[in-house]
Amino acid sequence: MDTALSTATDPVVAAAAMPRARVLGAYLQEARSECLRYLRTPSFLLPTLLFPSVFYLMFGIFLAHANGPDAPRYLLASYVTFGVMAPGLFGFGVSLALERDNGLLALKRALPMPPGAYLLAKMLMATLVAAVIALILLGMAVFLAHVDLRAGQMLALFATAVLGVLPFCAMGLWLGTLIKGQGAPGLVNLVYLPMAFLSGLWFPLPLLPKILQRIAPVWPSYHLDQLAMAAVGMNKGALLPHVLTLVGFTAMFLLLATRRLRRYG
Amino acid sequence: MPHFDDPIARLGGVVKRYGRLTALDGAELQLRRGELLALLGPNGAGKTTAIGLLLGLIRADAGTVELFGQDPQRSQARRRIGVMLQHAALPQTLRVGELLRLTASYYPAPRALAETAALAGVGDLLQRPYAKLSGGQQRRVQFALALCGRPELLFLDEPTVGLDIEARQKLWLTIRQLIAEGCAVLLTTHYLEEAEALADRVCVMAHGRVIHEGSVDALRARVAIRRIRCRSTLAVETVRGWPEVNEAQADNQQLRISTAAAEAVVRRLLDADPGLCELEVQRAGLAEAFTELTRDADAASATDQREAA
Repeated sequence: MDTALSTATDPVVAAAAMPRARVLGAYLQEARSECLRYLRTPSFLLPTLLFPSVFYLMFGIFLAHANGPDAPRYLLASYVTFGVMAPGLFGFGVSLALERDNGLLALKRALPMPPGAYLLAKMLMATLVAAVIALILLGMAVFLAHVDLRAGQMLALFATAVLGVLPFCAMGLWLGTLIKGQGAPGLVNLVYLPMAFLSGLWFPLPLLPKILQRIAPVWPSYHLDQLAMAAVGMNKGALLPHVLTLVGFTAMFLLLATRRLRRYG
Repeated sequence: MPHFDDPIARLGGVVKRYGRLTALDGAELQLRRGELLALLGPNGAGKTTAIGLLLGLIRADAGTVELFGQDPQRSQARRRIGVMLQHAALPQTLRVGELLRLTASYYPAPRALAETAALAGVGDLLQRPYAKLSGGQQRRVQFALALCGRPELLFLDEPTVGLDIEARQKLWLTIRQLIAEGCAVLLTTHYLEEAEALADRVCVMAHGRVIHEGSVDALRARVAIRRIRCRSTLAVETVRGWPEVNEAQADNQQLRISTAAAEAVVRRLLDADPGLCELEVQRAGLAEAFTELTRDADAASATDQREAA
């Protein structure tokens, strides 16, 4: 009697089957909610958008003459890199640290959310914010600083920004598994700001002490900055090593993060 | 092949340790289709760990954990459950309607938004951001999220904490309605009257084990103590001296006696004081039964530890 029931006709099994269109729908809903959520959170969005643009306005445009004719172009690459780091580090690191602490992650894991939806949604949100930052800075460079950029260069910088957010998403994810709770924003800043400084995003590397110049390649932001420089025509060196290093960083942080998430939840 | 009578959720001899602390020590638990099982126990008894295992949030060190005959970490099994956790801060800036749509999207055949809203009584809140709701309203929204996927099994972890009496009664009514539709419920609660009002079976945990499982009446019956109240001129010391009496207290002319042999004590009372009036005999409530059970378990565990040391 039991064996006469086939799996397909068993209502108990059929009830749990999820059509592919609905799975896709769940991914979209998750992404939509994540984006809405952060667009409505000024304490996340405003600093993320304002810091790089205000810095660029001050040092790349108003005070640029003191720094030589190439300063607006040079600093465009630096501040795009600086700006792109934040949505990855904060969107992943801080939000994961908070959601691990306040029970939201546990609820999401208990619900039948498709397994990748949570991370993909955050990644999409970070990419979107990175794209907006790149567009704002490009607009300022072209219309306020009158930097002479070809269409190809703009496109290259935009692509660098949008893809360049990924290593920082992975790094944020890993940081988010290490820290927990309300102290997270401060701790992530302790990583973000020194790393930006040590990669030469605030002061050009040649102005920093020799030892700091030598260890700069340790930071992922250094490599993204090199790619951003190349996009605006200020770095004629080989690009592949930087791309590969960033891919390596992404893989390493992802691996560390998934190991910790699996072990500690 | 799944059988209709098979348990839909099961812990079999489950052990879970956190470092040196053993949270679950061979716990057994079975939940059948359409029943409401209340999981009771003092803090630290292992209830949260048991729920966490059944939801696939943590892995057992030993034993079997099954949800609809599958590993709960597979989302296929979890598509048939609804979840309301005690501590879960939902995204503050999303509106109630958005939260409901998002959660419903995880399920193969969810309820319509209006149906969910009506069942949980959140129809007037759909446009409001979650952060702007009162504690009781947030609780109702969490309940709505738990039932929006048309679950066959609902996990409710302290669902009525922070609710006023009216809201609690309403929630109980909805839970009964869901059970009538065939939904099973695993309820953890600190309110024994909630278990008494809703549960088919109760399961009492202490020190990582299930120390009692059965109907509410069976649990009450395990405690033989009954309470006698009356107005009498008898001296409390006299009553206290009777061998059947466990304890006696007097308050003006009110006597309060607890005993395992209520009939014998009542007979003696009536013989000794013909003027006795306002006689009441009550079986101990779930609360007393619960206290007694867990006290026994505490004592047993303390003895174990002494023997081990």
